Amino acid sequence: MISRPVNVTVDGLYSPMEGVIVNTKMMTEKEKFFEIKLEGGKELGHMPGQFVQFSIFGVGEAPISISSSPTKKDKGTFEVCVRNVGVFTSALHKLDVGDKVGVRGPFGKPYPIDEIKGNDLIMVAGGLGIVPLRSLIKFVMDKRRDFGAVTVLLGCKAPKERLFTDEVEEWGNMTDINYACTVDRADPDWKGNVGVITTLIPGVDIDVKRTYAVVVGPPIMYKFVVAELLKKGLQTKQIVLSLERRMKCGLGKCGHCQINDKYVCQDGPTFTYDEIRGLEEAL
Amino acid sequence: MRYLYLEKKHLTAFVEHLGKSHKVVVPVKKENLFVFEEFTDAGKMSIDYIPTILPFKKYFSPQHEKLGGFKLGEARMTDLSIEIEPMVIFGAHTCDIDGLECLDHAFHKEPADPYYKKRKKSIVVIGYECMFPCDERTTCVTMDTHVPKAGYDAMITNAGDKYIIHINSGAADDLINGDPIFNNADSGKAKGELHKLRAEKLKKFTVRLKADFKELPEMFKVSYDSHVWEDVGKRCVSCGNCTAVCPTCYCFDVSDDVELDMKAGARTRVWDSCQFDEFAAVAGGENFREERSGRQRHRYYRKFEYPIRKYNKFFCTGCGRCTRTCMAGISLVETINDLAKEWKHD
Repeated sequence: MISRPVNVTVDGLYSPMEGVIVNTKMMTEKEKFFEIKLEGGKELGHMPGQFVQFSIFGVGEAPISISSSPTKKDKGTFEVCVRNVGVFTSALHKLDVGDKVGVRGPFGKPYPIDEIKGNDLIMVAGGLGIVPLRSLIKFVMDKRRDFGAVTVLLGCKAPKERLFTDEVEEWGNMTDINYACTVDRADPDWKGNVGVITTLIPGVDIDVKRTYAVVVGPPIMYKFVVAELLKKGLQTKQIVLSLERRMKCGLGKCGHCQINDKYVCQDGPTFTYDEIRGLEEAL
Repeated sequence: MRYLYLEKKHLTAFVEHLGKSHKVVVPVKKENLFVFEEFTDAGKMSIDYIPTILPFKKYFSPQHEKLGGFKLGEARMTDLSIEIEPMVIFGAHTCDIDGLECLDHAFHKEPADPYYKKRKKSIVVIGYECMFPCDERTTCVTMDTHVPKAGYDAMITNAGDKYIIHINSGAADDLINGDPIFNNADSGKAKGELHKLRAEKLKKFTVRLKADFKELPEMFKVSYDSHVWEDVGKRCVSCGNCTAVCPTCYCFDVSDDVELDMKAGARTRVWDSCQFDEFAAVAGGENFREERSGRQRHRYYRKFEYPIRKYNKFFCTGCGRCTRTCMAGISLVETINDLAKEWKHD
């Protein structure tokens, strides 16, 4: 008896869940906000710092940072904000309310919230970095009493590129967080700080014994911000970064996100500076 | 488990017996090289061969593998079935069996790969021990993969006038059960014969790397900034041949193929290579391994250093394929020996 080829069903590790877009908003010329509801109103079950793989059949899949906090009131949806920079993101931008998008995840290691709890926290976002950091900012605000002094520092290239402006304005008015914002280049209506984000750091009062810094932004920003934070006296273990790579699987297999022996999709995307210091391929 | 003897004239009968119940793939000569192909007739099988162009990873993790079917506009996959064919790989070299163990580590690590798991379960590996070295590019003795240790269902060793067969799994036992061409061997006696054969064989395997099995991880720890990577990078043309033929390379890309009706399609993973320019690029233009030297270094570190930390195992089997296939003449033997020279002089 000769064995014949048989069809077997595999586990759906690569099969996305169904997400439906329930709300969208163009935030700038290039960035679009999406609120996604999973099938049956299922909770995503993420923690700040994690990411999902978004999927549009016929186009492909891409890693997307989660921008909402798990403490959000409506647990049945989550939020992302995506810049239109490539084939996948431009296809995603064409989708609107009612359209379906595939979701796998959440993946990756969240920010080390348990370690940060009870300590002071400085959150620094440059450019698009506010998108993944917003998840943590909102989490901290919803659980404000679990944290000590909280500082939020934001920077971007120009005033018109600022994201989540309504919310950011609210943060600026809150009395229990320290908030500052700067732009690299002002326009005639801008009344705030002008200069790169590192210019905000010397002004922050830091108790180095009990402070964590979480920094999210482009690679070039990390080099300068980290140097500034170290100058302030923070230890490398107290500085947390989030790295961007183009993961194809999210499961530690495809190899695309590898930095030396680390897989960003599993060992990250959040790392303490201590973990990646000296790794040439990291920043 | 147990040992058998097989008369040399019965080797073809052995393959034909396996073919009664399974698809059998064997080494076949193709021009001046070898490939694994489905067994059709005995005249085409070349049991004494040097490593095939592609290792048999192509059966465990195919170059193009469907992850699932889809309908455009939907979010969930419509079809998660794959076709599996019960198969025997006949004549596997010990280096390639070691490579399979590497793939096992990578794909079985949680979250385990569901496709690899299913394929692996349906394939029986029958090895054929090399008694002569392939060529001067083979470093199996340094990598300690020149003798069978584990990872096979059965192993055939050429003992001159006969074959000694080590049955190493229930699956292999079931396959040969009741076939009158095999004679039972006394385990102690067979082991003694194999021991002697292997001592003799080692004398013929003379190629060694200038850093040994124990030294390699130590050497790689301090060789990250070596100028050797610059030399290799200058010659590399980023073609990705070295990773395609490597029995332990498994990186992949994922692509969606849409049918002509524009209604449905399939998501497929395809072998990818860390040697390609775009491999470590991200949206927005940043590329974290922009230089060829850095990409070649990454390949070597993924063989000799990172997997030691992760799996306590080298991901180089010493098969020599990357050296044989490189059109720029980059030799693993030379690269390692250059590193060793530098390291031992410091």
